[in-house]
Amino acid sequence: MTSANPAPTVYDSARGGLLFVEEAKALWLYRHLVAEIVARDIKVRYKRSVLGVAWTMLSPLLNMLAMTWVFSLVMRMDVKNFPVYFLTGSIFWAFFAGATSHAASLTIDAAEITKRVYIPRSVFVVSAVGVALVNLCLSLVPLFLIILFTGFPIHASWLFVPVSILIGALFTTGVGLVVFTLASRFVDIKETYLVLVGAWFFVTPIVYTPSIVPERWRFIVRYNPMTYLVEVFRAPLYDGWLPGPKTLAFAALAAVSSLAVGWLFYASRIEEYGRGS
Amino acid sequence: MAAEPAVELAGVSLSYRIPKEAVQTFKEYAIRKLQGRIEHGELVALRDATFSIAPGERVGVVGPNGAGKSTLFRVIARVRRPTRGRVVVRGRVAPLLELGLGFHGELTGRENVVLHGAVMGHSRRDMERRMDAIAEFAELEAFLDAPLRTYSTGMAARLAFAVATDVDPDILLVDEALSVGDERFQVKCHARMAGFHERGKTFLLVSHSLSEIVSNCSRALWISGGCIVQDGPADAVCAAYHAWAQGGTPA
Repeated sequence: MTSANPAPTVYDSARGGLLFVEEAKALWLYRHLVAEIVARDIKVRYKRSVLGVAWTMLSPLLNMLAMTWVFSLVMRMDVKNFPVYFLTGSIFWAFFAGATSHAASLTIDAAEITKRVYIPRSVFVVSAVGVALVNLCLSLVPLFLIILFTGFPIHASWLFVPVSILIGALFTTGVGLVVFTLASRFVDIKETYLVLVGAWFFVTPIVYTPSIVPERWRFIVRYNPMTYLVEVFRAPLYDGWLPGPKTLAFAALAAVSSLAVGWLFYASRIEEYGRGS
Repeated sequence: MAAEPAVELAGVSLSYRIPKEAVQTFKEYAIRKLQGRIEHGELVALRDATFSIAPGERVGVVGPNGAGKSTLFRVIARVRRPTRGRVVVRGRVAPLLELGLGFHGELTGRENVVLHGAVMGHSRRDMERRMDAIAEFAELEAFLDAPLRTYSTGMAARLAFAVATDVDPDILLVDEALSVGDERFQVKCHARMAGFHERGKTFLLVSHSLSEIVSNCSRALWISGGCIVQDGPADAVCAAYHAWAQGGTPA
Protein backbone atom coordinates (compact mmCIF):
# COMPACT_ATOMS: atom_id res chain seq x y z
CA MET A 1 0.00 0.00 0.00
CA THR A 2 2.73 2.44 0.91
CA SER A 3 4.86 1.47 -2.07
CA ALA A 4 2.78 3.54 -4.48
CA ASN A 5 3.00 6.63 -2.30
CA PRO A 6 5.25 9.49 -3.26
CA ALA A 7 8.55 9.36 -1.43
CA PRO A 8 8.42 10.72 2.12
CA THR A 9 9.39 14.34 2.13
CA VAL A 10 11.00 16.57 4.65
CA TYR A 11 9.98 20.19 4.76
CA ASP A 12 12.40 22.52 6.47
CA SER A 13 11.43 26.18 6.39
CA ALA A 14 15.01 27.20 7.12
CA ARG A 15 16.58 25.15 4.37
CA GLY A 16 18.55 27.31 2.02
CA GLY A 17 18.85 26.64 -1.65
CA LEU A 18 18.17 28.79 -4.63
CA LEU A 19 14.53 29.73 -4.90
CA PHE A 20 14.31 29.06 -8.60
CA VAL A 21 15.75 25.56 -8.15
CA GLU A 22 13.42 24.80 -5.23
CA GLU A 23 10.42 26.01 -7.24
CA ALA A 24 11.43 23.88 -10.21
CA LYS A 25 11.69 20.78 -8.00
CA ALA A 26 8.31 21.57 -6.47
CA LEU A 27 6.72 21.88 -9.90
CA TRP A 28 8.08 18.46 -10.86
CA LEU A 29 6.68 16.87 -7.69
CA TYR A 30 3.25 18.24 -8.56
CA ARG A 31 3.25 17.30 -12.23
CA HIS A 32 0.19 15.08 -11.70
CA LEU A 33 -1.71 18.13 -10.59
CA VAL A 34 -0.84 19.90 -13.83
CA ALA A 35 -2.25 16.98 -15.81
CA GLU A 36 -5.43 17.01 -13.73
CA ILE A 37 -5.99 20.75 -14.02
CA VAL A 38 -5.57 20.56 -17.78
CA ALA A 39 -8.01 17.63 -17.96
CA ARG A 40 -10.47 19.47 -15.74
CA ASP A 41 -10.39 22.63 -17.83
CA ILE A 42 -10.94 20.80 -21.06
CA LYS A 43 -13.70 18.61 -19.63
CA VAL A 44 -15.55 21.53 -18.08
CA ARG A 45 -15.29 23.47 -21.28
CA TYR A 46 -16.71 20.72 -23.44
CA LYS A 47 -19.35 19.60 -20.99
CA ARG A 48 -20.91 23.02 -21.10
CA SER A 49 -21.06 23.62 -24.82
CA VAL A 50 -23.27 21.70 -27.18
CA LEU A 51 -20.79 21.85 -30.02
CA GLY A 52 -17.97 20.70 -27.77
CA VAL A 53 -14.72 19.84 -29.47
CA ALA A 54 -16.22 20.84 -32.81
CA TRP A 55 -16.33 24.43 -31.63
CA THR A 56 -12.57 24.61 -31.21
CA MET A 57 -12.23 23.51 -34.79
CA LEU A 58 -15.11 25.60 -36.10
CA SER A 59 -14.09 28.92 -34.58
CA PRO A 60 -10.88 29.31 -36.60
CA LEU A 61 -12.88 28.53 -39.73
CA LEU A 62 -15.41 31.26 -39.05
CA ASN A 63 -12.65 33.59 -38.01
CA MET A 64 -10.82 32.87 -41.22
CA LEU A 65 -13.86 33.49 -43.38
CA ALA A 66 -14.49 36.86 -41.76
CA MET A 67 -10.87 37.98 -41.86
CA THR A 68 -10.34 36.78 -45.39
CA TRP A 69 -13.37 38.73 -46.49
CA VAL A 70 -12.21 41.89 -44.70
CA PHE A 71 -8.59 41.80 -45.72
CA SER A 72 -8.59 40.37 -49.19
CA LEU A 73 -11.84 41.76 -50.53
CA VAL A 74 -12.50 44.93 -48.55
CA MET A 75 -8.92 46.09 -47.88
CA ARG A 76 -7.49 44.40 -50.98
CA MET A 77 -4.51 42.91 -49.19
CA ASP A 78 -2.29 41.35 -51.80
CA VAL A 79 -0.93 38.22 -50.20
CA LYS A 80 -0.68 34.86 -51.89
CA ASN A 81 -3.28 32.50 -50.39
CA PHE A 82 -4.29 35.00 -47.72
CA PRO A 83 -6.53 32.55 -45.78
CA VAL A 84 -3.61 30.25 -44.98
CA TYR A 85 -1.23 33.15 -44.32
CA PHE A 86 -3.68 34.68 -41.88
CA LEU A 87 -4.75 31.43 -40.22
CA THR A 88 -1.23 30.22 -39.47
CA GLY A 89 -0.57 33.50 -37.70
CA SER A 90 -3.88 33.77 -35.91
CA ILE A 91 -3.90 30.18 -34.61
CA PHE A 92 -0.48 30.73 -33.10
CA TRP A 93 -1.57 34.07 -31.70
CA ALA A 94 -4.67 32.51 -30.17
CA PHE A 95 -2.41 30.01 -28.43
CA PHE A 96 -0.14 32.69 -27.00
CA ALA A 97 -2.86 35.14 -26.00
CA GLY A 98 -5.16 32.42 -24.71
CA ALA A 99 -2.54 30.79 -22.51
CA THR A 100 -1.21 34.00 -20.98
CA SER A 101 -4.59 35.59 -20.27
CA HIS A 102 -5.91 32.30 -18.91
CA ALA A 103 -2.90 32.17 -16.56
CA ALA A 104 -3.80 35.64 -15.31
CA SER A 105 -7.37 34.59 -14.60
CA LEU A 106 -6.25 31.50 -12.64
CA THR A 107 -4.88 33.63 -9.80
CA ILE A 108 -8.27 33.49 -8.06
CA ASP A 109 -8.29 29.68 -8.10
CA ALA A 110 -4.69 29.69 -6.96
CA ALA A 111 -5.38 31.98 -4.02
CA GLU A 112 -8.36 29.89 -2.96
CA ILE A 113 -6.44 26.64 -2.96
CA THR A 114 -3.12 27.80 -1.58
CA LYS A 115 -4.88 29.35 1.39
CA ARG A 116 -5.55 25.82 2.59
CA VAL A 117 -2.90 23.54 1.21
CA TYR A 118 0.59 23.91 -0.17
CA ILE A 119 0.99 23.55 -3.89
CA PRO A 120 3.51 25.35 -6.07
CA ARG A 121 1.56 28.03 -7.89
CA SER A 122 3.53 27.53 -11.08
CA VAL A 123 1.25 24.53 -11.75
CA PHE A 124 -1.45 27.02 -12.75
CA VAL A 125 0.72 28.72 -15.35
CA VAL A 126 1.94 25.44 -16.80
CA SER A 127 -1.65 24.16 -16.85
CA ALA A 128 -2.83 27.26 -18.70
CA VAL A 129 -0.15 26.65 -21.34
CA GLY A 130 -1.16 22.97 -21.42
CA VAL A 131 -4.81 23.77 -22.09
CA ALA A 132 -3.83 26.20 -24.84
CA LEU A 133 -1.57 23.53 -26.37
CA VAL A 134 -4.48 21.10 -26.57
CA ASN A 135 -6.60 23.77 -28.25
CA LEU A 136 -3.77 24.60 -30.64
CA CYS A 137 -3.47 20.96 -31.67
CA LEU A 138 -7.22 20.76 -32.22
CA SER A 139 -7.21 23.84 -34.41
CA LEU A 140 -4.41 22.38 -36.52
CA VAL A 141 -7.00 19.95 -37.94
CA PRO A 142 -9.12 22.59 -39.71
CA LEU A 143 -5.91 24.39 -40.69
CA PHE A 144 -4.62 21.32 -42.52
CA LEU A 145 -8.01 20.90 -44.16
CA ILE A 146 -7.96 24.49 -45.38
CA ILE A 147 -4.41 24.15 -46.62
CA LEU A 148 -5.41 21.12 -48.66
CA PHE A 149 -8.70 22.66 -49.74
CA THR A 150 -7.03 25.84 -51.05
CA GLY A 151 -4.79 23.68 -53.20
CA PHE A 152 -1.57 23.99 -51.20
CA PRO A 153 0.68 20.96 -51.56
CA ILE A 154 1.71 18.82 -48.60
CA HIS A 155 5.24 19.65 -47.49
CA ALA A 156 7.80 17.65 -45.55
CA SER A 157 8.43 20.87 -43.61
CA TRP A 158 5.20 20.20 -41.72
CA LEU A 159 7.28 17.84 -39.61
CA PHE A 160 9.03 20.91 -38.19
CA VAL A 161 5.80 22.25 -36.68
CA PRO A 162 6.24 20.47 -33.29
CA VAL A 163 9.57 22.26 -32.86
CA SER A 164 7.89 25.60 -33.66
CA ILE A 165 5.19 24.83 -31.11
CA LEU A 166 7.78 23.92 -28.48
CA ILE A 167 9.62 27.22 -28.99
CA GLY A 168 6.31 29.07 -28.82
CA ALA A 169 5.29 27.22 -25.66
CA LEU A 170 8.53 28.15 -23.86
CA PHE A 171 8.09 31.82 -24.74
CA THR A 172 4.44 31.72 -23.71
CA THR A 173 5.26 30.07 -20.37
CA GLY A 174 7.74 32.84 -19.56
CA VAL A 175 5.26 35.61 -20.33
CA GLY A 176 2.53 33.69 -18.50
CA LEU A 177 4.68 33.44 -15.37
CA VAL A 178 5.27 37.19 -15.27
CA VAL A 179 1.61 38.03 -15.87
CA PHE A 180 0.44 35.43 -13.35
CA THR A 181 2.86 36.61 -10.66
CA LEU A 182 1.86 40.25 -11.08
CA ALA A 183 -1.84 39.37 -11.29
CA SER A 184 -1.54 37.47 -8.01
CA ARG A 185 -0.81 40.76 -6.31
CA PHE A 186 -2.63 43.41 -8.32
CA VAL A 187 -6.24 43.12 -9.44
CA ASP A 188 -5.84 45.43 -12.43
CA ILE A 189 -3.07 43.46 -14.10
CA LYS A 190 -5.39 41.12 -15.97
CA GLU A 191 -7.38 43.92 -17.60
CA THR A 192 -4.24 45.88 -18.41
CA TYR A 193 -2.66 42.82 -19.95
CA LEU A 194 -5.71 42.14 -22.14
CA VAL A 195 -5.46 45.66 -23.54
CA LEU A 196 -1.72 45.19 -24.13
CA VAL A 197 -2.24 41.89 -25.90
CA GLY A 198 -4.87 43.49 -28.12
CA ALA A 199 -2.35 46.11 -29.20
CA TRP A 200 0.47 43.57 -29.49
CA PHE A 201 -1.60 41.63 -32.04
CA PHE A 202 -1.52 44.53 -34.44
CA VAL A 203 2.22 45.12 -34.24
CA THR A 204 2.79 41.46 -35.13
CA PRO A 205 2.61 40.46 -38.79
CA ILE A 206 -0.52 38.32 -38.66
CA VAL A 207 -3.02 40.11 -40.88
CA TYR A 208 -0.28 41.78 -42.91
CA THR A 209 3.20 40.98 -44.16
CA PRO A 210 6.25 42.81 -42.77
CA SER A 211 6.99 44.14 -46.27
CA ILE A 212 3.91 46.39 -46.36
CA VAL A 213 5.00 48.18 -43.17
CA PRO A 214 6.58 51.57 -44.07
CA GLU A 215 10.33 51.52 -43.49
CA ARG A 216 10.24 54.08 -40.65
CA TRP A 217 7.83 51.93 -38.66
CA ARG A 218 9.39 48.59 -39.46
CA PHE A 219 11.57 48.63 -36.34
CA ILE A 220 8.45 47.94 -34.25
CA VAL A 221 7.91 44.70 -36.09
CA ARG A 222 11.63 43.95 -36.03
CA TYR A 223 12.00 44.34 -32.26
CA ASN A 224 8.85 42.38 -31.54
CA PRO A 225 9.79 38.83 -30.50
CA MET A 226 6.37 37.56 -31.59
CA THR A 227 7.30 38.42 -35.18
CA TYR A 228 9.96 35.70 -35.11
CA LEU A 229 7.85 33.21 -33.17
CA VAL A 230 4.94 33.60 -35.60
CA GLU A 231 7.33 33.27 -38.52
CA VAL A 232 8.84 30.07 -37.11
CA PHE A 233 5.35 28.61 -36.88
CA ARG A 234 4.20 29.95 -40.22
CA ALA A 235 7.19 29.12 -42.41
CA PRO A 236 6.86 25.32 -42.43
CA LEU A 237 3.10 25.52 -43.02
CA TYR A 238 2.70 28.47 -45.37
CA ASP A 239 6.05 28.67 -47.16
CA GLY A 240 6.57 24.94 -47.10
CA TRP A 241 10.13 25.53 -46.01
CA LEU A 242 12.07 25.71 -42.74
CA PRO A 243 12.35 29.14 -41.10
CA GLY A 244 15.57 30.98 -41.86
CA PRO A 245 18.47 30.39 -39.44
CA LYS A 246 18.40 34.01 -38.25
CA THR A 247 14.66 33.92 -37.58
CA LEU A 248 15.00 30.60 -35.83
CA ALA A 249 17.87 31.87 -33.68
CA PHE A 250 15.96 35.01 -32.67
CA ALA A 251 12.88 32.97 -31.83
CA ALA A 252 14.84 30.47 -29.75
CA LEU A 253 16.66 33.28 -27.97
CA ALA A 254 13.36 35.02 -27.22
CA ALA A 255 11.91 31.77 -25.91
CA VAL A 256 14.81 30.95 -23.62
CA SER A 257 15.14 34.50 -22.26
CA SER A 258 11.41 34.76 -21.68
CA LEU A 259 11.36 31.51 -19.76
CA ALA A 260 14.44 32.45 -17.70
CA VAL A 261 13.16 35.91 -16.83
CA GLY A 262 9.66 34.62 -16.12
CA TRP A 263 10.87 31.81 -13.90
CA LEU A 264 13.27 33.99 -11.91
CA PHE A 265 10.62 36.66 -11.44
CA TYR A 266 8.03 34.08 -10.40
CA ALA A 267 10.36 32.30 -7.97
CA SER A 268 11.53 35.47 -6.27
CA ARG A 269 8.16 37.20 -6.01
CA ILE A 270 5.37 34.67 -5.72
CA GLU A 271 5.74 34.11 -1.98
CA GLU A 272 5.22 37.80 -1.31
CA TYR A 273 2.70 38.53 -4.06
CA GLY A 274 0.71 35.36 -3.55
CA ARG A 275 -0.35 36.21 -0.03
CA GLY A 276 -1.93 39.39 -1.26
CA SER A 277 -0.06 42.19 0.49
CA MET B 1 17.11 5.33 19.62
CA ALA B 2 14.19 7.72 19.58
CA ALA B 3 12.84 8.60 16.14
CA GLU B 4 13.24 12.14 14.91
CA PRO B 5 10.22 14.33 15.67
CA ALA B 6 7.55 14.40 12.97
CA VAL B 7 6.91 18.09 13.55
CA GLU B 8 9.42 20.44 15.05
CA LEU B 9 8.94 24.16 15.68
CA ALA B 10 11.77 26.26 17.03
CA GLY B 11 10.99 29.86 17.96
CA VAL B 12 8.40 30.17 15.23
CA SER B 13 6.67 33.50 14.80
CA LEU B 14 4.38 34.52 12.03
CA SER B 15 3.09 38.00 11.44
CA TYR B 16 0.61 38.99 8.80
CA ARG B 17 1.31 42.23 7.08
CA ILE B 18 -1.84 44.27 7.02
CA PRO B 19 -1.71 47.22 4.66
CA LYS B 20 -3.11 50.33 6.36
CA GLU B 21 -5.08 51.01 3.22
CA ALA B 22 -5.82 48.25 0.76
CA VAL B 23 -3.74 48.90 -2.33
CA GLN B 24 -5.27 46.51 -4.81
CA THR B 25 -4.26 47.86 -8.15
CA PHE B 26 -0.90 48.23 -9.77
CA LYS B 27 -1.69 51.79 -10.78
CA GLU B 28 -2.35 52.82 -7.19
CA TYR B 29 0.67 50.87 -5.95
CA ALA B 30 2.98 52.61 -8.41
CA ILE B 31 1.66 56.05 -7.46
CA ARG B 32 1.99 55.38 -3.74
CA LYS B 33 5.42 53.84 -4.14
CA LEU B 34 6.59 57.01 -5.88
CA GLN B 35 5.14 59.11 -3.09
CA GLY B 36 6.65 56.78 -0.52
CA ARG B 37 3.25 56.08 0.95
CA ILE B 38 3.16 52.31 1.35
CA GLU B 39 2.49 51.53 4.98
CA HIS B 40 1.88 48.28 6.69
CA GLY B 41 0.53 47.30 10.04
CA GLU B 42 1.52 44.01 11.59
CA LEU B 43 -0.56 41.33 13.19
CA VAL B 44 1.45 38.78 15.08
CA ALA B 45 -0.54 35.58 14.78
CA LEU B 46 2.04 33.25 16.26
CA ARG B 47 4.69 34.23 18.78
CA ASP B 48 7.83 32.26 19.44
CA ALA B 49 6.23 28.82 19.33
CA THR B 50 8.61 26.01 20.25
CA PHE B 51 7.55 22.39 20.55
CA SER B 52 8.02 19.09 18.84
CA ILE B 53 5.68 16.25 18.09
CA ALA B 54 6.94 12.68 17.94
CA PRO B 55 5.74 10.35 15.18
CA GLY B 56 2.50 8.71 16.24
CA GLU B 57 1.51 11.39 18.69
CA ARG B 58 -2.08 12.64 18.69
CA VAL B 59 -2.16 16.30 19.57
CA GLY B 60 -5.19 18.50 20.08
CA VAL B 61 -5.05 22.27 19.82
CA VAL B 62 -7.42 24.41 21.87
CA GLY B 63 -7.80 28.13 22.33
CA PRO B 64 -10.23 31.00 21.80
CA ASN B 65 -11.10 32.37 18.36
CA GLY B 66 -8.20 34.23 16.81
CA ALA B 67 -5.67 32.56 19.10
CA GLY B 68 -3.53 31.37 16.22
CA LYS B 69 -4.69 27.76 15.89
CA SER B 70 -5.28 27.93 12.16
CA THR B 71 -2.08 29.89 11.68
CA LEU B 72 -0.20 27.11 13.45
CA PHE B 73 -1.66 24.63 10.98
CA ARG B 74 -0.79 26.85 8.05
CA VAL B 75 2.80 26.97 9.17
CA ILE B 76 2.97 23.17 9.54
CA ALA B 77 1.19 22.60 6.24
CA ARG B 78 3.69 24.88 4.47
CA VAL B 79 0.98 27.29 3.42
CA ARG B 80 2.82 30.14 5.11
CA ARG B 81 6.51 30.45 5.72
CA PRO B 82 7.29 31.58 9.28
CA THR B 83 8.44 35.16 9.68
CA ARG B 84 11.02 33.99 12.23
CA GLY B 85 12.09 30.62 13.52
CA ARG B 86 12.24 27.23 11.89
CA VAL B 87 9.71 24.57 11.04
CA VAL B 88 10.74 21.03 10.17
CA VAL B 89 8.12 18.51 9.10
CA ARG B 90 9.16 14.93 8.40
CA GLY B 91 6.68 13.02 6.32
CA ARG B 92 3.82 13.82 4.02
CA VAL B 93 1.24 16.19 5.44
CA ALA B 94 -2.40 15.95 4.45
CA PRO B 95 -4.70 18.67 5.64
CA LEU B 96 -8.32 17.51 5.77
CA LEU B 97 -9.82 19.87 3.24
CA GLU B 98 -13.28 20.48 1.99
CA LEU B 99 -13.79 19.09 -1.49
CA GLY B 100 -14.27 21.46 -4.35
CA LEU B 101 -11.37 23.61 -3.23
CA GLY B 102 -12.02 26.26 -5.83
CA PHE B 103 -12.22 23.50 -8.40
CA HIS B 104 -15.24 23.14 -10.55
CA GLY B 105 -18.57 21.97 -9.14
CA GLU B 106 -19.41 20.55 -12.55
CA LEU B 107 -16.87 17.79 -12.04
CA THR B 108 -18.14 14.52 -10.68
CA GLY B 109 -17.27 13.09 -7.30
CA ARG B 110 -14.89 10.70 -9.01
CA GLU B 111 -13.07 13.51 -10.84
CA ASN B 112 -12.87 15.49 -7.63
CA VAL B 113 -11.25 12.58 -5.84
CA VAL B 114 -8.57 12.38 -8.53
CA LEU B 115 -8.04 16.14 -8.44
CA HIS B 116 -7.91 16.12 -4.67
CA GLY B 117 -5.34 13.35 -4.73
CA ALA B 118 -3.29 15.34 -7.23
CA VAL B 119 -3.29 18.30 -4.85
CA MET B 120 -1.56 15.96 -2.42
CA GLY B 121 0.86 14.78 -5.08
CA HIS B 122 -0.80 11.52 -6.09
CA SER B 123 -1.13 10.37 -9.68
CA ARG B 124 -4.42 9.58 -11.38
CA ARG B 125 -3.59 5.89 -11.51
CA ASP B 126 -2.89 5.83 -7.80
CA MET B 127 -6.19 7.55 -7.00
CA GLU B 128 -8.17 5.30 -9.33
CA ARG B 129 -6.77 2.32 -7.52
CA ARG B 130 -8.01 3.78 -4.25
CA MET B 131 -11.36 4.87 -5.69
CA ASP B 132 -13.45 1.88 -4.60
CA ALA B 133 -12.20 1.99 -1.03
CA ILE B 134 -12.81 5.74 -0.84
CA ALA B 135 -16.32 5.49 -2.27
CA GLU B 136 -17.17 2.61 0.01
CA PHE B 137 -15.97 4.40 3.11
CA ALA B 138 -17.81 7.59 2.17
CA GLU B 139 -20.88 5.48 1.28
CA LEU B 140 -21.19 7.31 -2.00
CA GLU B 141 -20.75 4.50 -4.53
CA ALA B 142 -24.03 5.39 -6.21
CA PHE B 143 -23.23 9.08 -6.49
CA LEU B 144 -19.62 8.94 -7.58
CA ASP B 145 -20.45 9.98 -11.14
CA ALA B 146 -22.80 12.81 -10.21
CA PRO B 147 -21.46 16.38 -10.31
CA LEU B 148 -20.17 17.60 -6.98
CA ARG B 149 -22.63 20.50 -6.97
CA THR B 150 -25.46 18.00 -6.50
CA TYR B 151 -23.92 16.68 -3.27
CA SER B 152 -25.20 17.74 0.11
CA THR B 153 -22.74 19.32 2.55
CA GLY B 154 -22.59 16.08 4.48
CA MET B 155 -21.89 13.99 1.38
CA ALA B 156 -19.07 16.28 0.29
CA ALA B 157 -17.58 16.26 3.79
CA ARG B 158 -17.71 12.46 3.93
CA LEU B 159 -15.94 12.18 0.60
CA ALA B 160 -13.30 14.69 1.72
CA PHE B 161 -12.66 12.76 4.91
CA ALA B 162 -12.41 9.50 3.00
CA VAL B 163 -9.89 10.94 0.53
CA ALA B 164 -7.69 12.63 3.14
CA THR B 165 -7.46 9.53 5.29
CA ASP B 166 -7.16 7.03 2.44
CA VAL B 167 -4.12 8.61 0.79
CA ASP B 168 -2.26 7.49 3.87
CA PRO B 169 -0.41 10.63 4.91
CA ASP B 170 2.17 10.53 7.70
CA ILE B 171 0.75 13.61 9.36
CA LEU B 172 -2.93 14.46 9.23
CA LEU B 173 -4.12 17.96 10.08
CA VAL B 174 -7.78 18.21 11.01
CA ASP B 175 -9.31 21.63 11.53
CA GLU B 176 -12.74 21.43 13.18
CA ALA B 177 -13.93 18.79 10.81
CA LEU B 178 -14.22 15.51 12.61
CA SER B 179 -17.90 16.10 13.21
CA VAL B 180 -18.54 14.86 9.70
CA GLY B 181 -21.86 13.29 8.81
CA ASP B 182 -24.32 11.68 11.12
CA GLU B 183 -23.56 9.85 14.33
CA ARG B 184 -23.11 6.49 12.64
CA PHE B 185 -20.58 7.95 10.21
CA GLN B 186 -18.74 9.60 13.08
CA VAL B 187 -18.28 6.21 14.67
CA LYS B 188 -16.60 5.08 11.45
CA CYS B 189 -14.43 8.19 11.44
CA HIS B 190 -13.26 7.54 14.95
CA ALA B 191 -12.49 3.92 14.11
CA ARG B 192 -10.45 5.07 11.16
CA MET B 193 -8.59 7.60 13.29
CA ALA B 194 -7.80 4.86 15.77
CA GLY B 195 -6.41 2.71 12.93
CA PHE B 196 -4.37 5.69 11.87
CA HIS B 197 -2.91 5.86 15.33
CA GLU B 198 -2.14 2.14 15.37
CA ARG B 199 -0.08 2.53 12.20
CA GLY B 200 2.03 5.11 14.00
CA LYS B 201 0.68 8.13 12.14
CA THR B 202 0.81 11.61 13.58
CA PHE B 203 -2.40 13.51 13.98
CA LEU B 204 -3.19 17.12 14.88
CA LEU B 205 -6.70 18.25 15.65
CA VAL B 206 -8.05 21.75 16.17
CA SER B 207 -11.43 21.74 17.82
CA HIS B 208 -13.68 23.76 20.08
CA SER B 209 -15.14 20.51 21.35
CA LEU B 210 -12.99 19.59 24.35
CA SER B 211 -14.58 16.15 24.57
CA GLU B 212 -13.49 15.48 20.99
CA ILE B 213 -9.92 16.45 21.89
CA VAL B 214 -9.90 14.32 25.04
CA SER B 215 -11.27 11.28 23.26
CA ASN B 216 -8.98 11.56 20.20
CA CYS B 217 -5.74 12.99 21.55
CA SER B 218 -3.16 12.12 24.13
CA ARG B 219 -1.60 15.55 24.29
CA ALA B 220 -2.96 19.05 23.90
CA LEU B 221 -1.65 22.55 23.23
CA TRP B 222 -3.52 25.55 24.55
CA ILE B 223 -2.87 28.63 22.45
CA SER B 224 -3.88 32.16 23.24
CA GLY B 225 -2.84 35.40 21.60
CA GLY B 226 -0.39 33.52 19.41
CA CYS B 227 1.47 32.07 22.40
CA ILE B 228 1.47 28.55 23.73
CA VAL B 229 -0.08 28.84 27.18
CA GLN B 230 0.09 25.20 28.13
CA ASP B 231 1.39 21.96 26.63
CA GLY B 232 0.66 18.67 28.34
CA PRO B 233 -1.65 15.66 28.64
CA ALA B 234 -4.92 16.28 26.80
CA ASP B 235 -7.21 15.88 29.82
CA ALA B 236 -5.17 18.21 32.04
CA VAL B 237 -4.82 20.94 29.40
CA CYS B 238 -8.49 20.70 28.45
CA ALA B 239 -9.53 20.92 32.10
CA ALA B 240 -7.38 24.00 32.63
CA TYR B 241 -8.65 25.60 29.42
CA HIS B 242 -12.21 24.81 30.38
CA ALA B 243 -11.73 26.42 33.79
CA TRP B 244 -10.27 29.52 32.16
CA ALA B 245 -13.02 29.71 29.56
CA GLN B 246 -15.65 29.50 32.29
CA GLY B 247 -14.20 32.69 33.76
CA GLY B 248 -11.65 31.27 36.14
CA THR B 249 -7.95 32.00 36.05
CA PRO B 250 -5.38 30.21 33.89
CA ALA B 251 -3.72 27.23 35.53
